[in-house]
Amino acid sequence: MGGGDSAGRLVRPFTLTGGRTRPSRADFTLITTVTAADPQPQAAPRPQPEHTRILRLCAEPVAVAELAARLDLPVSVIVILLCDLLEAGRITVHPPHPVTRTTPDLDLLQKVRDGLGRL
Amino acid sequence: MAGSDTIARASTGRSAPDTVKILIAGGFGVGKTTMVGSVSEIVPLRTEEPLTMAGLDVDDLDGIEEKRATTVAMDFGRITVSDDLVLYLFGTPGQQRFWFMWNDLALGALGAVVLVDVRRPESSFAAIDFFERRGIPFVIAVNGFHGEHPYPAEDVREALTLPEGVPVLLCDARERESCRDVLVALIDRLIAEAVPAR
Ligand SMILES: Nc1nc2c(ncn2[C@@H]2O[C@H](COP(=O)(O)OP(=O)(O)O)[C@@H](O)[C@H]2O)c(=O)[nH]1
Ligand SMILES: [Mg+2]
Repeated sequence: MGGGDSAGRLVRPFTLTGGRTRPSRADFTLITTVTAADPQPQAAPRPQPEHTRILRLCAEPVAVAELAARLDLPVSVIVILLCDLLEAGRITVHPPHPVTRTTPDLDLLQKVRDGLGRL
Repeated sequence: MAGSDTIARASTGRSAPDTVKILIAGGFGVGKTTMVGSVSEIVPLRTEEPLTMAGLDVDDLDGIEEKRATTVAMDFGRITVSDDLVLYLFGTPGQQRFWFMWNDLALGALGAVVLVDVRRPESSFAAIDFFERRGIPFVIAVNGFHGEHPYPAEDVREALTLPEGVPVLLCDARERESCRDVLVALIDRLIAEAVPAR
């Protein structure tokens, strides 16, 4: 997988350690993808109803902006709820593909171009 | 994918795709939402953000009376580029009083499309300035509202006093293929700029 290497380095440690580091809102951008952990942790506190609604929607990977739109909640509110879920180890988080102007990722650009060509 | 089963990831589902985004900008009513809808694989979704929660930068507000606006609406669409890469298109909030949100939106974007309505190009001046100042690559897409284009692209370029290298395309925001061509032109510009950098 082309971008696997760079993406892998960006995954914050707490996504793999069940939320032992306190997550912050900065960890969630509009296109950060979240996925419900499967199985769900046994020891975690019982999720609130809003948390449960999120978990249901992210059984498959889903972006933060999509969660906000589908639950009709502001992004800022969704992000707070996601912090709770991450801390409880109930979700994993996949950050967006990093974009820098100084070192453009030609493989990525070519992949986007090919994908658009198929539209 | 090697090693993915050692990670506490959904054992039933796909692993999370990489995501990237492109902004669709321009003045109010230039066809941003229309363009997003034309190329998106989903019906454009919408988020509403209360202004008090949106990391308000008071300096960017134009007038005191406008602070009464309660939410900023933003719509977006999605294109699955490949099984592990998804492109999101975000229509920027058109009104200038919501500009503080653009900084956030622009962060990590591949680039932008600035839509222009030839009948009132000035409504997109601010968007052009925004991307130019921040060095965010963009293309101009002239939306021909009656499916026709009274001015050739070169005239539009001159009228907008665009820097060299900014592509100008004539498009129809209602047509999928036309919008796709605009996005491809943006990616081609990014590729062209990336090559000599290596
Ligand atoms: N005739 C025509 N109408 C258009 C075109 N593009 C957008 N519209 C209409 O113009 C209005 C504003 O478009 P919209 O996409 O909502 O603009 P936005 O404010 O930039 O998101 C809507 O009623 C659209 O249906 C076009 O190419 N031709
Ligand atoms: Mg709109």
